[in-house]
Amino acid sequence: MGLVKWSIRPAAGVGAKKPKVNILRGLLARATTPLLPDDYLHLVNPLWTAREHRGKVVGHVRETADTATVTIRTGWGFPAAYKPGQYVGIGVQMNGRWRWRSYSLTSIDSAAKKTIAITVKANPDGFLSTHLVDGVAPSTVIRLAAPRGDFHLPEPVPDKILFVTAGSGITPVIAMLRSLESHGRRPDICHIHSAPTRGDVIFLEEMETLADKMPGYDLRLQLTREMGKVAVSRLDEWVPDWRERECWACGPAALLDAMESHYEGGGLRDRLHVERFAISRTDHGGEGGTVRFAVSGKKAEIDGATTLLESGENLGITMPFGCRMGICKTCVLPLAGGYVRDLRTGEERREGERIQTCISTVSGECTLDI
Amino acid sequence: MAITDIDTYAHLTADDIEALGAELDAIRRDIEDSRGDDDARYIRRAITLHRTLAVGGRIALMFSNRKPAWLAGTALLSLAKIIENMELGHNVMHGQWDWMNDPEIHSSSWEWDTTCPSVQWKHSHNFVHHKYTNIVGMDDDVGYGILRVTRDQRWEWWNVGNPVYNLILGTFFEWGVALHHLEVEKLRSGDKTWRQAFKDLRIIGTKVGKQAAKDYLIFPALAGPNWKTTLAADATANFVRNYWTYMVIFCGHFPDGAEKFTVAEFESEDQPRWYLRQMLGSANFRAGPLMRFMSGNLSHQIEHHLFPDLPSNRYEQIGVRVRELCDKYDLPYTTGSLGGQYLQSFRTIAKLALPNALLEATSDDAPETASELRFAIREGIQTHFGIDPETGKRRGLRTALRELKDAPVRKATHRRLRPGATA
Repeated sequence: MGLVKWSIRPAAGVGAKKPKVNILRGLLARATTPLLPDDYLHLVNPLWTAREHRGKVVGHVRETADTATVTIRTGWGFPAAYKPGQYVGIGVQMNGRWRWRSYSLTSIDSAAKKTIAITVKANPDGFLSTHLVDGVAPSTVIRLAAPRGDFHLPEPVPDKILFVTAGSGITPVIAMLRSLESHGRRPDICHIHSAPTRGDVIFLEEMETLADKMPGYDLRLQLTREMGKVAVSRLDEWVPDWRERECWACGPAALLDAMESHYEGGGLRDRLHVERFAISRTDHGGEGGTVRFAVSGKKAEIDGATTLLESGENLGITMPFGCRMGICKTCVLPLAGGYVRDLRTGEERREGERIQTCISTVSGECTLDI
Repeated sequence: MAITDIDTYAHLTADDIEALGAELDAIRRDIEDSRGDDDARYIRRAITLHRTLAVGGRIALMFSNRKPAWLAGTALLSLAKIIENMELGHNVMHGQWDWMNDPEIHSSSWEWDTTCPSVQWKHSHNFVHHKYTNIVGMDDDVGYGILRVTRDQRWEWWNVGNPVYNLILGTFFEWGVALHHLEVEKLRSGDKTWRQAFKDLRIIGTKVGKQAAKDYLIFPALAGPNWKTTLAADATANFVRNYWTYMVIFCGHFPDGAEKFTVAEFESEDQPRWYLRQMLGSANFRAGPLMRFMSGNLSHQIEHHLFPDLPSNRYEQIGVRVRELCDKYDLPYTTGSLGGQYLQSFRTIAKLALPNALLEATSDDAPETASELRFAIREGIQTHFGIDPETGKRRGLRTALRELKDAPVRKATHRRLRPGATA
């Protein structure tokens, strides 16, 4: 047993579906140290590494004018099982920089298939989403983060469900619908989906086919250009038994906020599950804000001139530090959430990046993993 | 004593220094804004090249009982190790590629192929050496605790072995670097506890164990009957890499004209003066594209010390602009041939085996160290620096140094001079 442990040690922390693979990896790493065998193998095939998850774009299908489904072949170690409604982190290199965003998985898990799919809506100010929609080249190698998220159906599936979705908020829910359909589950589903016009409805055909096929699935399209926005106050009128249903809602922040207060008002907050795609981006003029230290469980309000390093030290947190002038990179920490601003360049950095705390300040709000 | 008043030494006014700092900031911004696909491709190719050379070398050494295979394998492995240490390890750990947001090419996760653990090196090199560059008593790279490289360091009887220690350091350079973090001088002075040193030593031991096992146990074992020749090849490759990195680093820090500084200078320093200290404290050597690459672009030590975290492939381009600034402010840009720079470094090391009493120059006016006092006699009452109102020409440090060379000043009086001060 001790020998097995010893063999695995250099490869500890590397994702492996079969533990045996990591024994081999660990043994070989004695010869490739300080690298892992994966570091050599991925030069032969970029997907041959489990040091971190990788994928390769193998398909790109346009759904509407501004959305597309991107199919990705996953590399070694990517979890085959995930829950419909969960999201993955996607890293794409643009201008030399890896940019990360999270997208809901629209594929459903299957051990046989080594591919996943995401459906992306081009966001006018998001160049990564535009890049993914407008034609990410086939065979592009991307990075992946393992599927995550609590926005999924429980087991057993509730008998009565309400889905409230808008725009690209359909993406996690379509995965749930697909999964229910493929498992032959037939709960009573009421689905309100809003989009400006029929042409903007992603997966329109599929949803309408489902509505015909699945007797319990009631799809109501709210085409806002002619019918106005979804008014949460009219929920009683639209879905008289909404109180009896477990609800999953996904869409713009305004809709979700309204849903939350409506459910809270009815004392039914625990029946509502929401998925928010992005914390609204801070105003570029705004400086300073709230910084949270996730591991220490502390937070502080700082102005735009105080560095994250100083604010952590003021709270008594043992922050890694070095030169305090941005040259030595000792103070680098992962940014777990929110936005920070580089005090030297004014550049904004976001979740998924590693930042230098000695020359960065918060921009709105941020969370550091320390 | 080394430089205390950097303004006077540099022959620059406070406004000049501000302006110089702003120009250097602008260079940083321009490079940062223009980083992109080409740079990313550059580092990825360097990584691929290193790994290909390493694999090729290891395969060739499987047949190392034949001389051509031994030679080819050793050469490939040496090249791989040099690239891995210089262009990859050193530069990635400086955070030069952190902007790519690539977790595999990032300062926080890179571990290099030498006995020195990355985490310790980032402290002793990135932080201590790059922040306190050439401040005698603060930068441990001034002599690494065993060499006497400036007469600002007190002579001890054991310094007579200086040239020998130098040879040993070159041969076992990676071991020297690994032990560097123990900070022997701090232990001696009591600033560091033995308990902390043992902790560091344990981390070093783990890394050393892995490195030694790979080169001196696993690969010889894999070569079976050729284990002896493989062992010799691995050792040779490590020595070749050691000598090369030692030489590049010495040429960047110890040739004539790479100035040393006092703690007092540091205490009154701001960002523009930090830049100035880096410029005056480092030295380049001339190199073509291949040599630049093999030195990890440290042939541009000046540029590297000004911008330690900008991508190495840009140093050549940055160098053009730094030279222009040197011309504009009449500052020296210390460079020379690789051989010439090394000979100067070696001459200093050999000379400094002797106590100061046996040496001709003073520490205010020596090839390897000087202070603002070296100009005291020649310039007498310094009325102004900067541009001469009559001729419109700037008479700065470079010109002043040239004049000194023509008619050297022997003993400087110990009197501090400031711009505009009357004696």
